[in-house]
Amino acid sequence: MKFEAVIGLEVHAQLKTKSKIFCGCSTQFGAEPNTQICPVCTGMPGVLPVLNKVAIEYIIKTSLALDCKVNPLSRFARKQYFYPDLPKNYQISQYDQPVSEHGYLDVQVDGKTKRLGITRIHLEEDAGKLLHEVGSRQIDGSYVDLNRTGVPLMEIVSEPDMRTPQEAHAYLIALKSILEYLDVSDCNMEEGSLRCDANVSIRPVGQKEFGTKAEVKNMNSFKGVQKALEYEIARQIKVTEEGERIVQETRLWDADKEMTFSMRSKEEAHDYRYFPEPDLVPVVVDEKWLAAIKATLPELSSQKKERFVKEYSLPEYDAGVLTADKNLSEYFEATIKGYANPKAASNWIMTELLAQLNAANKTIKESLITPKHMREMLELIDKGTISGKIAKTVFEEMFASGKMPDVVVKEKGLVQISDEGAIAKIIEEVLAANAKSVEEYKAGKTAALNFLLGQVMKKTQGKANPGVVNKILKDKLS
Amino acid sequence: MKITKKEVEYVARLARLALSEAEKEKMTAQLDSILQYMDKLNSLDTKNVEPTSHVLPLNNVWREDKVQPSLSREEMLANAPEQAEGFYKVKKVIE
Ligand SMILES: [Zn+2]
Repeated sequence: MKFEAVIGLEVHAQLKTKSKIFCGCSTQFGAEPNTQICPVCTGMPGVLPVLNKVAIEYIIKTSLALDCKVNPLSRFARKQYFYPDLPKNYQISQYDQPVSEHGYLDVQVDGKTKRLGITRIHLEEDAGKLLHEVGSRQIDGSYVDLNRTGVPLMEIVSEPDMRTPQEAHAYLIALKSILEYLDVSDCNMEEGSLRCDANVSIRPVGQKEFGTKAEVKNMNSFKGVQKALEYEIARQIKVTEEGERIVQETRLWDADKEMTFSMRSKEEAHDYRYFPEPDLVPVVVDEKWLAAIKATLPELSSQKKERFVKEYSLPEYDAGVLTADKNLSEYFEATIKGYANPKAASNWIMTELLAQLNAANKTIKESLITPKHMREMLELIDKGTISGKIAKTVFEEMFASGKMPDVVVKEKGLVQISDEGAIAKIIEEVLAANAKSVEEYKAGKTAALNFLLGQVMKKTQGKANPGVVNKILKDKLS
Repeated sequence: MKITKKEVEYVARLARLALSEAEKEKMTAQLDSILQYMDKLNSLDTKNVEPTSHVLPLNNVWREDKVQPSLSREEMLANAPEQAEGFYKVKKVIE
């Protein structure tokens, strides 16, 4: 029997506000434990939460970018459970009246566009952090750091529209890109500002009803999500084929073992007894406010891609690569400011720069080659000062040291030799030393020309202008 | 009866309340009378009454996104039953 997977994702993104959702404590990441907490976020008796307006504006922005319908009235609810990282013993979240619902996100998988539904987006507060060891030192209990408690969290719930781990991966990449363009979240999975849980089930191809689902948690990278889903789908198919039932449960992904494990928690722990939060008044969003927020929406990646194709005459592919990451798109535009050949810039950025950054595990923001380096190097190539081949040497030096291209050229003596007299002299030496190849060429073996060309380049350490060499070489051989 | 003793035990367990047998009986009777009163309220015709989302006639109460000083760690940890190395300390949580 052939099976297909049904996948839905719940993404939690920390909103990039300066202060927490219901109090003035800082949200800065990496502070000393329990130094960014107060009676409100730790749930002391008698305190009252007051909503951070920017958190609501950020979630509305996100809702609009994901084509969600923003509810005219939304309100908060208490989700009740006991856990040491939750000081109030309830989390202020939203239940039956979230900020927005019914949106979608278009993603590209294998060259095809697929529309993935978004069920709802709601606002809630983050919980604290538990430590079971300090560094590698074991402790005789667990430690609680409440700095993260009360950081605004946006939960984006997708429809169960994904059928493969690749689609789930593409959804996450596209969602992250949008949140970065909107500048509403840092989207750093390692720092925990972006988290993803997956609901996954399988069913025989052609069956309409969903199978029993498992909730997979604890994935801390996009690749991890894809791997965890691949593992979990294979596991469910195996269990089913062995004639056993899939159990509805929460499973944790173990990135080292590359397996999911049952959490074995009691089902009754999921009875959260939601009720309306009496300490907060409803949020009412009218058309006027919505229009005002809409007016602040930046150009998103899909729009920027179209503009790059039109404005810079870039191929669709280039425009897609350059705009997938907001920082990269800004790098590209800074590079071609006052430079007339966008395609040349695109080639260097997409191939050399991205490959080197990847190999060095660096982001575009950490690149020592700034847009200015890149543009000046391109201009040196255009002027004929250096060849494209030498430019690679210059590029590597700039990448490693951050020196400007003209400095590298000077220090390393990389100026291209274009002087015809000088080149002709070198060519004569090469021809004299390689009489056999000359004969072969004259006998019609054209490959010999490339050999001779290579010898000239070798003699000049790659500095001879290849165009000039080619021309003179052909003249001399005819 | 609107509620059973079993349901009272379930709700008590969710709220981490330890009730004696006598308390369970008492709670069951009290909750039963509360739920009966709810039935009485439900008998009212509220077809043309807007549901109350909040007792105050207010909405959109905000604060601006400004960082205010937090309390000192010493103050915040002062009432903790146990603390260590700047953290609240609890019994080992096994995940
Ligand atoms: Zn606080």
